[in-house]
Amino acid sequence: MKMQMKSLIACAVLAGATLSTSALYAADYVIDNKDAHASINFRVSHLGYSWLQGRFNTFDGEFSFDEANPAASTATVNISTKSVDSNHAERDKHLRSDDFLDVSKFPSAKFESTAFSMNDDGGAVMTGNFTLHGVTKPIEIAVTKLSEGDDPWGGYRSGFTGTTEFKMKDFGITKNLGPASETVYLELHVEGVRQ
Amino acid sequence: MALLINNTRARYGLAAISLHWLMALIIIGMYPLGLYIDSLGYYDAAYKTVPHWHKSIGVMLMMLLVVRVLWRMMTVQPKVLSHSVVQKRVVKIAHSSLYVLMAVALVSGYMISTADGRAIAVFNWFEIPALPAVLNEQEDVAGLIHFWATTTLIILAGAHALAALKHHFINKDKTLSRMLVSTGRA
Repeated sequence: MKMQMKSLIACAVLAGATLSTSALYAADYVIDNKDAHASINFRVSHLGYSWLQGRFNTFDGEFSFDEANPAASTATVNISTKSVDSNHAERDKHLRSDDFLDVSKFPSAKFESTAFSMNDDGGAVMTGNFTLHGVTKPIEIAVTKLSEGDDPWGGYRSGFTGTTEFKMKDFGITKNLGPASETVYLELHVEGVRQ
Repeated sequence: MALLINNTRARYGLAAISLHWLMALIIIGMYPLGLYIDSLGYYDAAYKTVPHWHKSIGVMLMMLLVVRVLWRMMTVQPKVLSHSVVQKRVVKIAHSSLYVLMAVALVSGYMISTADGRAIAVFNWFEIPALPAVLNEQEDVAGLIHFWATTTLIILAGAHALAALKHHFINKDKTLSRMLVSTGRA
């Protein structure tokens, strides 16, 4: 009985040690949506004259990044489409309707990475499948690693920005806003808290 | 015969008649205007002006409704010209429903436009400020309520008109004519 207890403790210590070592190699982060140190922003040209800027307020996701092995980086982000916010209720109502996001039919959008490659200039490209409006297509997100380090509250954080663009009609959103307004530019600011 | 402002137990006064027909005409106009707004495309010239009119007129209607309800509480109501108890009860429910639907339609319309704290500019003449939103995605919920309340209101108003015509041509009583002119014995 005593032996059993001892070996159990030994096992637990060993397991703990293994876990903490592995954490050093593959760092898994959860996107800090709780305290809103992340945002998913979009802009679309307004008539070709200026930008309409909006964002999605509700999303979650996690990513994995390892300085030593960046190619193994992965990311997943889920976006609640009804959380679209362009700072105008009547426009948001229109954006949620079946003219655009059709949120009652397609309540979520999703990005799941498939590959990650570093460029020579320090930037990187994350390739993945993006699901929007019920359509899944591969897209490339240009990623810039900002910085990482300890936060003042005992955690460890890492920050990235990502940009990508796509045509609405490629995802089955066919409402015509004019030739200048076919492309959506996405800008993601992501801060992850290491788990 | 003199025109009479106040209601009596036999007939409507000029105030009630004016409020009734003014609001009836505006409401009958507002419904197709709302459907037209829904059909407008982004590049239509009316995309900004017609919703502005619709909202401005809606605010005016709200004010008229407040005056009308206050007036209704202050004056007596003419007797319902039906004999059966059941019919009288149905009439009462139908008339109350018209008032409730008007209020719901107007408040829900207001809640769409003010969901993000924006005021409603009434003909660029004055502004009705927004109240704090009470629902998540309030503009969506209010939009749905607005459509169904206004549609039900139009249908019920149609039934109301048919009932008035039935009284006039079949029962041959004064239900309709006393809402048209305010003359005769008090």
